[in-house]
Amino acid sequence: MLQLKIIISTFLVMIVTSLLAQESQMVAIKRGAYVPLYGTKDKKPVEVDAFSMDVYPVTNAQFLAFIKKRPEFSRSKMKGIFAEKSYLSHWESEFNYGKNNLSNAPITNVSWFVAKKYCECQGKRLPTMDEWEYVAMADEKRADARSKEEFNNYILSWYEKPKTFVNPVGKTFKNYWGVYDMHGLVWEWTSDFNSIFLSGESRKDKDTDKNLFCGSGSVNASDLMNYAAFMRYGFRASLKARFTTRNLGFRCAKDLK
Amino acid sequence: MKTTFKNGKQIKIALIGCLALSLGLFAFKQLADFSSADRNKYIEVEGQMEAELTAPPLVPKPIGSRDATKLIVNMEVKEMESELADGVKYTYWTFGGSVPGSFIRTRVGDEVEFHLRNHPDNKLSHNIDLHAVTGQGGGAASSLVAPGHEKVFNFKTLNPGLYVYHCATAPVGMHIANGMYGLILVEPEGGLPAVDKEYYIMQGDFYTKGKNGDQGLQAFDMDKAVKEQPDYVVFNGKTGSLVGSKAITAKVGETVRLFVGNGGPNLVSSFHVIGEIFDNVRIEGGDMVNHNVQTTLIPSGGAAIVEFKVDVPGTLILVDHSIFRAFNKGALGMLKVEGPEDKTIYSGTTQEGIYLPEGGAIQTMPKGKEVAVSKVAKTIPQQIQAGKDVFGKVCFACHQSEGQGIPTVFPPLAKSDYLNADSKRAMNAVLHGLTGEVTVNGKKYNNVMTSQNLTDEEIANTLTFVYDSWGNNKTRITAAMVKAQRNQNSH
Repeated sequence: MLQLKIIISTFLVMIVTSLLAQESQMVAIKRGAYVPLYGTKDKKPVEVDAFSMDVYPVTNAQFLAFIKKRPEFSRSKMKGIFAEKSYLSHWESEFNYGKNNLSNAPITNVSWFVAKKYCECQGKRLPTMDEWEYVAMADEKRADARSKEEFNNYILSWYEKPKTFVNPVGKTFKNYWGVYDMHGLVWEWTSDFNSIFLSGESRKDKDTDKNLFCGSGSVNASDLMNYAAFMRYGFRASLKARFTTRNLGFRCAKDLK
Repeated sequence: MKTTFKNGKQIKIALIGCLALSLGLFAFKQLADFSSADRNKYIEVEGQMEAELTAPPLVPKPIGSRDATKLIVNMEVKEMESELADGVKYTYWTFGGSVPGSFIRTRVGDEVEFHLRNHPDNKLSHNIDLHAVTGQGGGAASSLVAPGHEKVFNFKTLNPGLYVYHCATAPVGMHIANGMYGLILVEPEGGLPAVDKEYYIMQGDFYTKGKNGDQGLQAFDMDKAVKEQPDYVVFNGKTGSLVGSKAITAKVGETVRLFVGNGGPNLVSSFHVIGEIFDNVRIEGGDMVNHNVQTTLIPSGGAAIVEFKVDVPGTLILVDHSIFRAFNKGALGMLKVEGPEDKTIYSGTTQEGIYLPEGGAIQTMPKGKEVAVSKVAKTIPQQIQAGKDVFGKVCFACHQSEGQGIPTVFPPLAKSDYLNADSKRAMNAVLHGLTGEVTVNGKKYNNVMTSQNLTDEEIANTLTFVYDSWGNNKTRITAAMVKAQRNQNSH
């Protein structure tokens, strides 16, 4: 009897994990190098090792499954130092994202701490900012489309579309690597989102050696017209790890063995 | 042991000491008098209050004789879609939900506690740089705030004047181009002199992917912004924000004060009010007052306070006198003045005549008498071609190249219900002019079209051209029809 139970539960676990695995498909990203907008001195390329990345951002349904398994991350149990009051505030209740949220819309209003934990519980991790930016510079056909006007326009047009966070994942374009929604859906956490120190006073930074952002950014930036990216760096600079906002979600990455 | 000094040496030391002391005092006095800011920082505050914030064209109540206080300013950043011109939408980023942002009114010595809130549904981080702040980034360094969050910082207003505030987050130009600017007034002790009317006007240039007038939601165009080639130059965030029923008002005999700012991001404004002379201009919003000014320059990221008394009734037109911006890009507003006329100051037209240098005498217009026509257009295509030439010389200035008119000022001829409904009325308008309110395509216009001194043939050709163009109903007008109309009305 006990044996049967074990067999059944193992079987169930296998089904569940395979389902989960299906839901968060990953693709391999090849090793390479790129020159980021900020964060390198002398505009030297940054090496990015091969890794794998989630095809889609984490969804409401996936996140609910996680919280059910780990109720210490539910709204009422959440400690203030790890996430602010607005944590999951768009959900109807503790364990229900409600009718107003699609099951396959990206989870938002999550803090960096929780996003990090989520990925760890899947045996993954948050992507680094370099990994994220490396994948995000691809359009449908090219690994690096940053100099393409339409590509930048696409990114920028998102800034003018309100409430894209209600949209389901996977409806934007599939990029060169097979990854969706790097642009056009929500912002995403990265493991080292605050590694580029931005003072918040965007213009004074031109005479520092930190290679920071903003008004002076147009002088320092490795790509003068890539102002789409300024927005991301500016946004990240305003975040703290416990912050949760309606336009900010995440996805996971993993080292390749 | 050095216990003994010569007397002379002691005196010398004493003298040097005195000199040093007096120099020090002198230097201190110099420093103390350097600017009023040096004294204003010692102004003590009494109590605390929340600042009244207003959307343009309104301004909060004057500070009057109130003491300096701790002033709480609650400013919310909202990203929102709104109308830039008729049928043209734009995604604005705003301070307080309006462009320009909420007007902040303080007095010198106030200790402002500034709360900058970024609405949770916003996509971007923002901050604020107030030119009235003495400190790093004008506050920008302390106020970068993520969506759904709030930042608080404090400053003391040291220098009286009218100041611009704006967002300074990357890329700064884009945040300003999308509408993130406004004015903060720091009144001197005791306040500005009282006037009857005060209004808030701010110019800005907008850069859209489409051309001026292209319909639908228009995205920001960085390329045009870098080239400084705006599609729209407007007052208070949109074309027609101060026109028609939204015009600002005053009564004859009242004094008017305009707080005029320029958010830019690029253009400098040549601010002018057609039909009025500024009695006082507080140049660049500072202490210096100039009198009897026709046009005042307002730098991008700067402001001015203009004051005048309105003496006669009429509609004063507010423009950027870089005049194509006013009539073709939107930088046009209205101040309607009501009250009794004063014919000594302005008479209106007293005589209308024709000026003939050879003839010497001024005659009345030869209405009803047709001048010989040199070239007669016979076929419809000939008529249209001839009419097009006249249109390009005579009608184009107001009704514009594609007959689109100028919103709220000159009615359109393109797809015009007014025009298509009644061709006799159209002929009469050209023959005799048209004054007063008309409704064209659902919009009201109240302006003056003068009588056009054209031949029957020219009027027939021009109207035929207009009826044949821009989606109108292709009515053909002949010289005989015009003649009949002319005779009917000139008995």
